[in-house]
Amino acid sequence: MLDNHEGHVTADGRQIGGVVMELKNITLRFGGVEAIKNISFDIRKGEIRAIIGPNGAGKSSMLNVISGFYNPQEGDVIYKGYKRPRMRPYQVARMGIARTFQNIALFEGMSVLDNIMTGRMNLMKTGFLSQALWWGRAAREEAEHREKVEKVIDFLEIQAIRKTPVARLPYGLKKRVELARALAAEPQILLLDEPMAGMNVEEKEDMSRFILDVNDEFGTTIVLIEHDMGVVMDLSDRVVVMDYGKKIGDGTPAEVRSNQAVIDAYLGVAHE
Amino acid sequence: MTTSATQGALTSVPALLARNAAEFGHATAYREKEFGIWQSWTWADVQDEVRAIAMGFLALGMNRGDHVAIIGRNRPALYWSMVAAQSVGAVPVPLYQDAVAEEMAYVLGHCGARFAICGDQEQVDKVIDVQETVTSIEQIVYLDKRGMRKYDHSRMNWLMDVQAEGRAGHQRFEAEVAARTAELGWDSTCVMLYTSGTTGKPKGVVLSNRNIVETAKASCAFDRLSRNEEILAYLPMAWVGDFIFSIGQAYWAGFCTNCPESPATMMTDLREIGPTYFFAPPRVFETMLTQVMIRMEDAGRAKKRMFDRYMAHARKVGGRILDGKPVSAADRLQYRLGEVLVYGPLKNTLGLSRIRVAYTAGEAIGPEIFDFFRSLGINLKQLYGQTEASVFITQQPDGEVRSDTVGVPSPGVEVRIGETGEVYYRSPGTFVEYYKNPESTASTKDSEGWVATGDAGFFEPGTGHLRIIDRAKDVGKMADGRLFAPKYVENKLKFYPNILEAVVFGNGRNRCVAFINIDLTAVGNWAERNNIAYSSYQELAGHPRVLETIQKHVEEVNASVAQDAILSGCQIHRFLVLHKELDADDGEMTRTRKVRRNIIGEKFADLIEGLYGGAASVYTETAVSYEDGRKGVLKATLELRDAKVFDTSAAQRVAAE
Repeated sequence: MLDNHEGHVTADGRQIGGVVMELKNITLRFGGVEAIKNISFDIRKGEIRAIIGPNGAGKSSMLNVISGFYNPQEGDVIYKGYKRPRMRPYQVARMGIARTFQNIALFEGMSVLDNIMTGRMNLMKTGFLSQALWWGRAAREEAEHREKVEKVIDFLEIQAIRKTPVARLPYGLKKRVELARALAAEPQILLLDEPMAGMNVEEKEDMSRFILDVNDEFGTTIVLIEHDMGVVMDLSDRVVVMDYGKKIGDGTPAEVRSNQAVIDAYLGVAHE
Repeated sequence: MTTSATQGALTSVPALLARNAAEFGHATAYREKEFGIWQSWTWADVQDEVRAIAMGFLALGMNRGDHVAIIGRNRPALYWSMVAAQSVGAVPVPLYQDAVAEEMAYVLGHCGARFAICGDQEQVDKVIDVQETVTSIEQIVYLDKRGMRKYDHSRMNWLMDVQAEGRAGHQRFEAEVAARTAELGWDSTCVMLYTSGTTGKPKGVVLSNRNIVETAKASCAFDRLSRNEEILAYLPMAWVGDFIFSIGQAYWAGFCTNCPESPATMMTDLREIGPTYFFAPPRVFETMLTQVMIRMEDAGRAKKRMFDRYMAHARKVGGRILDGKPVSAADRLQYRLGEVLVYGPLKNTLGLSRIRVAYTAGEAIGPEIFDFFRSLGINLKQLYGQTEASVFITQQPDGEVRSDTVGVPSPGVEVRIGETGEVYYRSPGTFVEYYKNPESTASTKDSEGWVATGDAGFFEPGTGHLRIIDRAKDVGKMADGRLFAPKYVENKLKFYPNILEAVVFGNGRNRCVAFINIDLTAVGNWAERNNIAYSSYQELAGHPRVLETIQKHVEEVNASVAQDAILSGCQIHRFLVLHKELDADDGEMTRTRKVRRNIIGEKFADLIEGLYGGAASVYTETAVSYEDGRKGVLKATLELRDAKVFDTSAAQRVAAE
């Protein structure tokens, strides 16, 4: 098992640090429905952490708790050693957590470039008025942000669609643009909600490579939800398995694969 | 005396670079779009960069005569690496970047490359694979750092680090680089390029400084290329044309080479740069025309009518105006109006507004495509060339341009037609030898320096223009003794936008049959407009309405072939539409996209037998390799169709009367 406080180096040479976020006894209810039941796990700096489970297991809810969109009724989110107070999502984003969505949430009428620029909104310092007038500091600031955005565009190899309106793009590319927008925020933790859903084999391979490259190049911690088991097992360092709102497994891909509870959840056993 | 001394010293590419840096060092030599902005380097910058790379190469232990493989897409630093390798007396060997590892292994093993300069991680991975069998590779240098952090760097370096190392050690290396550059003369090797080879293994064509510099000089004079030209370097670096245009001519004339941001942005970059001198294989012009036509189909009624009307006028007088032939004042005025309303905006969209000289070569170009671009006022010309000739054998002078000839011999080139109809040439650009292959050298180039092109052709009486019929070895006889020239028929078929490739068989048989590849862009668009649903290339290719359309094209071609008394035997009696696109990865085409007739014939022998056997359909399984190197099997049942053939006697009688 992994030691909880010190960093280590993986077999392929990546640096995994200490715990950056800890989720303690999280319970989330919607009225009478318990979507998450007393779940605890941690996320280490620089790792790729997967959350898997059958449909309705509560994976997306869990991601929404991490991103601050839902506030759990019970339990604590400890981020960088401090208990996180109740926050609005934009405040969480300012703390270095960015996400992509299961159903693409881009501005369809805007160009790819403009969409990615919105990822830097939280990092812009000039006010609304000077930005609207595009005067003085605002113009300089935009150039700086544009440079960062261009690096992301280069990184994700989407130069050819820079000026294309998002509405005209195929699904796989929209997913990539979403990742680009999240990356533009220079997050410390990147949350990916089913980044490969609905993709063909080639698109999945591209996306996997980009996820690995992001993690490798920027040292970004990645939390992802994914249904494709092959992808999860290849990409992730550690996996949390959820079923009916409960945590039924946690560990390296190999450990999870041999976990009887996990096998039952996926292959199905009679529920009493 | 001083002039002749400087002139006399211009016997290598590094010498040309030194001259350019000294005479117009502030002029822009290279541009590359990076992070959304065009970055530029002047000739003085380039000299500094090249010198730093050269010194870095010395630090890595590069010796005179070493072969240095260059693998990647067109990027300034890779061009500089070539010139830097030359500067230390080594020989650059650019390779096709889309070659799979096995193909690369042969070439790297054959030239015994000690160094490999790679564009990115993908190329590095291939070279590492190759290193298992080819032990000569000692050092890998890469340009794009991405994803490279985890690699074992004991025998691998980032190009910027190599440069930094060179700069740091300039006191040790400067004199040595200068001395080795000074040793370069007419007869030192400038570059080695591997020919793709429609048959057999690739051959390493050794080109000397004399070949490259003399050819660049003559061809720049022919089209009056100056320092003010702009070109877009987007064709494979391993192809001789790119070497001549982006290195030979660019360094001789001192013009600017622009590198696209990525292969996918080529069309956007073309528009932004607006080159004045442009080279493209027919395929690129075909794609442009197809895209224009598709977009016009979707345009509004008023726009479409205006486009059709002015294009009809352009077809009538555009070519004549370009050739400087007499055209009535009214027609000229209308053409001017068309320029404002249609031609100008269209050329601007295509990025061809500023073109002064454009060439197409490599394959025959469809007359409609050729005339379309010329009628817009774009000076598109044809040339005929080979790697072994440092490109130029014949080319069309301004004002003597036609789609069915390849022009007159280039300056300094002698051309003659052999007894068998094969074209021979002799020129200052004629290659030195095939590397480590004296038999092939001897069988291609005779003692007087005449080189056999392998193409059959003839000089047109009256104009002195050369016409090429086909590959000499492909020209055969049908069972009844009539002439069989497959390329002639294939080209006619390929001029239809719906047909991407065609392969005609019939040598030694009594009838001809054909394989057809549909063009997915054109046919896919047609399917969309006609509400025809399809889920794959294979399904679309097998659609009955697609087959009907293709059948119509085949029959039109037959009618046209029947007109030609000599070649009328080449009419296509039966054909099929292939279930997969012919692909270089499956060995069916060369990297420059020429069909490998024999390999296709062997691979699809069952289909050919079906066509000759008269079967109505054939079930077949075909092995394919995917882009990531995995193999798979395609299964398909193909429909074989009969095409109407035309009686030649009527046509012949008319001709005889």
